[in-house]
Amino acid sequence: MSEALTLHFDVNGEDFTSAGQASVRFKKNMRELGVDPEIIRRASIAMYEGEINMVIHAHGGVADVNVTEDAIEIILTDKGPGIPDIEKAMQEGYSTAPDNIRSLGFGAGMGLPNMKRYTDEMKIESTVGVGTTVTMKIKLK
Amino acid sequence: MTVAEFAEKYSLEVLSMPDPSREIKGGYMGDLLSWVMGRAKADQAWITIMSNQNIIAVASLIDVACIILAEDVRLDESIVENAKAKGVNVLAAKSPAFEVACEICHEIK
Ligand SMILES: Nc1ncnc2c1ncn2[C@@H]1O[C@H](COP(=O)(O)OP(=O)(O)OP(=O)(O)O)[C@@H](O)[C@H]1O
Ligand SMILES: [Mg+2]
Repeated sequence: MSEALTLHFDVNGEDFTSAGQASVRFKKNMRELGVDPEIIRRASIAMYEGEINMVIHAHGGVADVNVTEDAIEIILTDKGPGIPDIEKAMQEGYSTAPDNIRSLGFGAGMGLPNMKRYTDEMKIESTVGVGTTVTMKIKLK
Repeated sequence: MTVAEFAEKYSLEVLSMPDPSREIKGGYMGDLLSWVMGRAKADQAWITIMSNQNIIAVASLIDVACIILAEDVRLDESIVENAKAKGVNVLAAKSPAFEVACEICHEIK
């Protein structure tokens, strides 16, 4: 794999049932690039968790992916309500998901911890009332 | 044992089987999707009673061998079509999740 690749996805905040499309597309792109299956699995789960968070908590957003020889970088940006206490949000089990979302199987409070576990670097920048940017990096070497 | 062989032996209903020769190498049981994404491993059979559209994307991303719906849970036709399109095997069992888990356990020993 030599060339750098960039991908851009709009994540629709209205359409909960089709949420995850960006991650599924991303996974397909990584397969075509010949990335190691276990790395693809980690990266696409992390991206899916972030994508779902934007849909559930932030009315959608955008996902940008940069793939270089060294790493996959995933940047999720939304103009949602922001996260008041990032440390608390990162705790396993912490969730503000409403009941209708919980009845679909989300809201375990495991999304952000999964994103951290499955990536090599993760950074959350968030301002209440402005939005949230999550940057994740998965090393390829 | 393959997904097709498992379905046959335990009389599970096949809702979607684009990849019948996929090997089942273990099982994972759970309904909280992020929990499943954090803990389930590739090639396992995922036993759940969740029946909304999102389970198909989750199964595809975590790369399980199949979804097994327990307790006679049904899927909308549109979800079945989505599973076929995404290459996700889905079986349906009348029995409780625990019994399905026992059957898997029996086969992978
Ligand atoms: N993009 C975001 N914008 C605003 N708040 C967010 C965002 N992402 C996460 N949060 C907040 O952080 C909390 C924890 O997120 P996390 O993904 O770990 O759990 P969850 O989404 O509530 O449940 P799960 O991911 O297990 O389905 C959320 O409940 C929400 O309050
Ligand atoms: Mg989440």
